[in-house]
Amino acid sequence: MNVDYELVKEWRKAAWRADLRNQLKTKERMAIPRAVMPTQEGKTRAHNNEEVALGISRETAMVEAKRCIDCAKPTCMEGCPVAINIPTFIKNIERGDFKEAIDVIHETSSLPGVCGRVCPQERQCEARCIHTKSGDPAVAIGFLERFVADWEREQITAGKIPATQICADKKGIKVAVVGSGPAGLACASDLAKMGYTVTVFEALHELGGVLRYGIPEFRLPNEIVDFEIDKMKKMGIDFHTNVIVGKTLSYEDLVEQGFKAIFVGSGAGLPRFMGIPGENFIGIMSSNEYLTRVNLMHANTPGADTPIYHSKRVAVIGGGNTAMDAVRTALRLGAEHAMIVYRRSEEEMPARREEIEHAKEEGVDFMNLYNPIEYLADESGHVTTMRLQHMRLGEPDEGGRRRPVPIEGDIIEVEVDEVIVSIGVQPNPIIPTHFEGLQISNHGTIEVDEEKHQSRLSDVFAGGDIVRGGATVILAMGDGRTAAAGMNTYLMDL
Amino acid sequence: MYKIVKKEQISERVVALTIEAPLIARSSRPGNFIIFRVGEMGERIPVTCANTWPDEGLIEVIIQAAGVSTWKITHLNVGDEITDIVGPLGKPTEIKKYGTVVCIGGGVGIAELFPSIKGMKEAGNKVIAILGARTKDLIFMDDMIGEVADETIIMTDDGTMGQKGVVTLGLEQVIEREPVDLVICVGPAIMMKFVALTTEKHKIPTLASLNSIMVDGTGMCGACRVTVGGETKFVCVDGPEFDAHQVDFDELMMRLRAFKSIEEQKNREANLDFSRR
Repeated sequence: MNVDYELVKEWRKAAWRADLRNQLKTKERMAIPRAVMPTQEGKTRAHNNEEVALGISRETAMVEAKRCIDCAKPTCMEGCPVAINIPTFIKNIERGDFKEAIDVIHETSSLPGVCGRVCPQERQCEARCIHTKSGDPAVAIGFLERFVADWEREQITAGKIPATQICADKKGIKVAVVGSGPAGLACASDLAKMGYTVTVFEALHELGGVLRYGIPEFRLPNEIVDFEIDKMKKMGIDFHTNVIVGKTLSYEDLVEQGFKAIFVGSGAGLPRFMGIPGENFIGIMSSNEYLTRVNLMHANTPGADTPIYHSKRVAVIGGGNTAMDAVRTALRLGAEHAMIVYRRSEEEMPARREEIEHAKEEGVDFMNLYNPIEYLADESGHVTTMRLQHMRLGEPDEGGRRRPVPIEGDIIEVEVDEVIVSIGVQPNPIIPTHFEGLQISNHGTIEVDEEKHQSRLSDVFAGGDIVRGGATVILAMGDGRTAAAGMNTYLMDL
Repeated sequence: MYKIVKKEQISERVVALTIEAPLIARSSRPGNFIIFRVGEMGERIPVTCANTWPDEGLIEVIIQAAGVSTWKITHLNVGDEITDIVGPLGKPTEIKKYGTVVCIGGGVGIAELFPSIKGMKEAGNKVIAILGARTKDLIFMDDMIGEVADETIIMTDDGTMGQKGVVTLGLEQVIEREPVDLVICVGPAIMMKFVALTTEKHKIPTLASLNSIMVDGTGMCGACRVTVGGETKFVCVDGPEFDAHQVDFDELMMRLRAFKSIEEQKNREANLDFSRR
């Protein structure tokens, strides 16, 4: 993300910032070891649904904040898809002004409690931290973001500070947001702050998109998602569940109802399967189905009507965050043997480092360089065995990752009673097929301009996975914010 | 929340519910379906609307209690509210003039077929309805269908109403007597399989409305996947209607049994006995 360094310079000039900088020498700051996130013990947490990472204490946060040397050119901000004013929020933590710290984050990010937990910081902000240039661990920006977000939530919940969001005067202009995932929520909150009258339409019966049905409770507690959405309701945003835009309401319906612009954040929900023999046997399902049954439908809770298997030998095919979420969910549902089957080596896994480590600590087996080629079943059609092709790494592909190549004749059979396929998702086709006049790519994504995120239909904007294919929560949020600004420009020029 | 405004007990386990759902009443087309959920711990269950009244904002569903969730909804009363209803889902039936269309409904499939019968008639087709069930008590909407269709043939396993026998027997009689341009069937998978086998012999184009297990119903999970013409399709977004001659019905029937033992256990826990069909 582009950073306005002139503005950064202004912020950095503040007297209190200069004082802080003088309190410790850079060398002393660099010498402080990086904070460690306390977690529940691996074997214990593998059997409960409580959050794994417990958050850092106030004292730890204030020490960690000292590690930030308040660079003149904070490249960490460039690594953040929404360019959070990172040094300013961290310096506010260092001086103990947590309220100011969270307010700084709120200027550019709508879901800090979420992003502090689920962003792959090691590839974003923290990857650009000055410490990494000398080979030292980056400032724990993610931990600090989570710390102030949690601090704010506790304060508001305890009634110590009000949940205020400053909204501009109402403009009397109606806008619609399709989908209540990270892209939609970010877009809706920015538009509400600008003074628009915002309605969010959600197809499922609960709000939050992937934050609700995808990411499990042990990584992102629902109460955090609920808290953020409650805040948005208090800002006057209207939420409608059980409405599928394109089906329940058409584009023409929305125009007729007076919506002057529409943001589409309908995501990439459509799961991919491999198309190999036996993949439709009972006990083989997509990670979306598995996680939806547990996270959205509470199938793991006594009294829930939605069924789920509590299998003993579970294989999850894939190496992304969703695969890690699924395999760790399987453990929590009682699996004695939970396996990740991934066709490349661990180094190429797209999942966050932290999730891979957590999965290992909990006892997940990693079968790297294996790829399923067929499933076998018993006479009732329930899967019993997977046939795996052993792979080796060949030449790098267009993306720079080394391509997996089968090792001729090296095939093994592994006993399983459940298989979760987690090899990626495709854009949801409902809006692309029901809105006439959109430009759709070969991958089924909606094409938009980069600057405003405007589609070929001038009043329709889009962002998140429906534009990118499967990406991250923070990129979706960044798109939502860019689109909100783009919509504002478009609507003001009308 | 979606309010029940009318309830009619059709048989011991089958009820017709008229529900306030204005947006769905307006947008639903023949062939579409909806998903409902009863209670905060309820599951999402697909069902096809038997009727819609866009001006009044009402939809009608006919549901047979066959498990915990359908038991819950059939025991709601007028004035009660259904927690969630979403729709219309799936692709609508292509309604146009084909010539002679035979519409075959089995069990609650009879009700689900009604919008297509009406649509096909309005499009200028000759419509022959074949309604099948185990016994007389499980035949319903036959009077309404009788008013719309050019001919209604009723088949019961025990011969208590109409002819004794299965729907394919009625279908064979029609095929012998006159040319048929299209067959549409809705009902148990086994019935649809045998309809497909019958029409395949006579090379009559046939659509089957598939009833696989679903969760979200919007293409997000693939629980409803079936093999059609050798390819994996999602019933909720690619269907629910498919060329019946291309459907792997044996796989569909296998997949419908996926959660059978868990469902039976849930029924026992709730003291529900559905063993008597």
